[in-house]
Amino acid sequence: MNYELIGITVLWTFLYGYLIVASIDFGAGFFAYYARIKKKDHLINDLISRYLSPVWEVTNVFFVFFFVGIVGFFPATAYYYGTALLIPGSVALILIAIRGSFYAFNNYGSRDSTFYLFLYGATGLLIPASLSTALTISEGGFLDESDGNVVFLANELFTSPYSWSVVFLSIVSVLFISATFLTYYADRADDQQARKTLRQFALFWSMPTIVASLLVFMSLQMHNPDHYDKAVTEYWWMFGLSLVCFGLASWFIYVERHYGTAFIMVMLQFFFAFFGYGASHLPYILYPYITLHENVTNEAMALALVTAFILGLLLLVPSLFLLMRLFLFDADYVKGKKK
Amino acid sequence: MELDGVMLSRMLTAMTLMFHIIFATIGVGMPVMIAIAEFIGIKRNDPYYLLMARRWARGYTITVAVGVVTGTIIGLQLSLLWPSFMEVAGQIIALPLFMETFAFFFEAIFLGIYLYTWDRFKGKWTHWLLTIPVMIGSSASALFITTVNAFMNTPQGFELKDGEMINIDPIAAMLNPAMPSKVLHVVATSYVTSAAILAAIAAFAILKGRRGQYEQKALRLTVACTFVFSLLISITGDISAKFLADVQPEKLAAAEWHFETEKGADLIFFGTLNEDGEIENEIRIPKVLSFLAGNSFETEVIGLNETPEDERPPLWIHYMFDTMVSIGMFLMATSTIFVLMDRVKKWNALNKPLLLAILASGPLAMVAIEAGWILAEVGRQPWIMRGYMKVAEAATTSDSVGLTFVLFALLYLVLGIMAVVVLIKMFKNSPAEVELEKRFPNRG
Ligand code: HDD
Ligand code: HEM
Ligand code: HEM
Repeated sequence: MNYELIGITVLWTFLYGYLIVASIDFGAGFFAYYARIKKKDHLINDLISRYLSPVWEVTNVFFVFFFVGIVGFFPATAYYYGTALLIPGSVALILIAIRGSFYAFNNYGSRDSTFYLFLYGATGLLIPASLSTALTISEGGFLDESDGNVVFLANELFTSPYSWSVVFLSIVSVLFISATFLTYYADRADDQQARKTLRQFALFWSMPTIVASLLVFMSLQMHNPDHYDKAVTEYWWMFGLSLVCFGLASWFIYVERHYGTAFIMVMLQFFFAFFGYGASHLPYILYPYITLHENVTNEAMALALVTAFILGLLLLVPSLFLLMRLFLFDADYVKGKKK
Repeated sequence: MELDGVMLSRMLTAMTLMFHIIFATIGVGMPVMIAIAEFIGIKRNDPYYLLMARRWARGYTITVAVGVVTGTIIGLQLSLLWPSFMEVAGQIIALPLFMETFAFFFEAIFLGIYLYTWDRFKGKWTHWLLTIPVMIGSSASALFITTVNAFMNTPQGFELKDGEMINIDPIAAMLNPAMPSKVLHVVATSYVTSAAILAAIAAFAILKGRRGQYEQKALRLTVACTFVFSLLISITGDISAKFLADVQPEKLAAAEWHFETEKGADLIFFGTLNEDGEIENEIRIPKVLSFLAGNSFETEVIGLNETPEDERPPLWIHYMFDTMVSIGMFLMATSTIFVLMDRVKKWNALNKPLLLAILASGPLAMVAIEAGWILAEVGRQPWIMRGYMKVAEAATTSDSVGLTFVLFALLYLVLGIMAVVVLIKMFKNSPAEVELEKRFPNRG
């Protein structure tokens, strides 16, 4: 059995899950803050908090799952990334900590502090930017190993067009995903005004998303030509499908119909792009140090992890389903009629 | 003491864990207390207990948030600070860590549902049922993470050949000898600490003159729970000591300043060491260490002199051990006295000295948690994986740990202060009586 392929697929799927749910959360923070300073918060902030309150902890677990899982399946990642990323990793951690706790302090504790909301909004954009550098680094060229010592070439990272285009992409995608989801949520809540505002956000952020994706492609060609070639020759169809989904999503939102389908299309857009990117990245996990087949954990552990994963899913899927039924698909809750 | 990368990594790990454990302990114990209160409330149809469950749950959201973010920090920090350890040990302890994330998931999902569905279900019991997965999830995360820690103390389930691990058996690694005693003690102490903290809050309110029914019921319930759980911790603590005597004798010997292997060993309580390494000013209880180690006053207890000098843990963990045990006795004594006095009508259980003692028991229990962990972790030194890998071989080679240490210290300071401020505000702004009127206006 090919455990490493199962392993990376599972982890990639969870990272994709995190990408979607966390984007909704991160973007919502930004919109909430934006609405506050534009004095429009009465329009959308209740709606946002109704969705986020019950689920933010779950969002966080997606992330924990991913990094615990990748160190489990590919222990060498701990060594390379761990040594190299002490500072950027710590900064990302501090941002995540501030965001999570201040969200709780604001929402459950003393309500309505513009300063908390600012932190919440700002971290919502900074976290995806800093997390995305982990993916950037995986393209190679930003780490140096000599005498068993791994060094992070921070200057390379800060001057690389590729790295900046990824940061740009991560921020605009967060805003786009979030806006399309919240438009849908507002539509379900029958909240006309919120929907109107959020729909504008969604349309506004759709174009930058595509521009950023193209920039990433172009700079990847310069940075890691092998990966680029593999992406455009073997997996071009995935990126093509992604573009089609994007077109459909934008169209639905533009004609103010089928907001649910529009959001599903956005999910598919990112699904195809994310898996296209991931598949063409293989066999490397961290170019050129870690590969799928050489650095996978031992067979016994891989089997144990896959088994644990399957058993865990049996527990998780029904629970997640229950959560969504209560807070996402329960029209009365969404409308704020139930507390 | 030199502040090199290893030392700083140790300090940063210790700081993060000692901060996280405050919230983790509450995270494991509080769901149980909330479940008990809601259970009694529904069973007796008593709004006071239902309100108690609600208010505790509301405060719990704050501690959970800090627990989650600091836990996320540790999870990543282990890889950032101990890359070599995680690379080697990851081969074998990945399973419990991975399973722990499922426990988190499970807990997070049902906690989210629990907190937002108080009035949502028709049947009274449906909402209470949600506490079961939350309790299972949080206690299971304690189980899995403690399994990892136990593995570091008594590694097994693999063979080492030329620095490579072979014949790996993840299940055997999880079922290592230190696991049962550690898990039992950690879970039991989490429960007792949560109960003691809630009791301290109730005692504080009563001392402040708020002697309403709500406060009295809360005090009775929480002290009764402290009493029951404190019996559990003395049993599990005893099991832990017997385990150490059996499998990890150098830790017990260092904790007890027990140098020569002998039968009928004395228990040393506090005291100091003079320059010649002799014990002074101690309270000596004859033969009790032997009893603690093996249920008989004649059990032979292995002394520290049997361990090579460079593999001995620091001797100051003795004070950690004594602090923890003294606090354990104190918790048991106060809660027993209260429960007894409360039974007898003509005694006043709400007297000031007793209330003050209960007030102290909350913070003290947390001190005992910290002391216990420091004992357990420092008592493992110099090993990170006992017998296989020393701490110095495992640390990061990065030289920016100092800066990160300062950043995280600031973060924890802010989070700690904020959490306290928010919690105080939360309850000051809505006193129990007012909330009771509002939520249950028609009570009899
Ligand atoms: C409320 C907190 C608390 C209290 C009152 C006690 N303990 Fe404890 N103890 C802990 C909280 C704790 C802990 C934080 O949970 C530790 C740290 C690591 C561990 O496994 O549990 C621990 C560790 C620990 C160890 C080391 C285990 C190891 O490293 O493998 C021993 C031998 C004891 N305890 C024994 C006792 C005894 C005999 C007590 C007397 C009543 C006692 N503890 C009270
Ligand atoms: C949450 C309660 C815990 C506390 C308060 C705690 C405390 C500490 C302290 C004080 C140290 C420093 C010891 C020294 O350097 O002298 C330490 C080290 C360490 N602990 Fe723990 N610990 C806890 C649980 C755990 C668990 C469950 C694990 C396993 C995953 C763990 C893993 C480590 C590691 C890897 C080190 C660094 C190596 C070392 O110094 O031994 N700790 N911890
Ligand atoms: C015995 C010591 C520990 C106990 C009892 C414990 C327990 C908990 C609990 C109950 C939570 C959930 C937060 C809450 O409900 O309050 C939590 C969060 C977390 N803990 Fe700890 N923990 C301990 C030590 C550690 C260690 C050493 C690690 C690192 C390997 C760790 C990793 C995490 C992570 C990653 C989270 C966040 C999970 C999430 O996103 O929900 N914990 N811990």
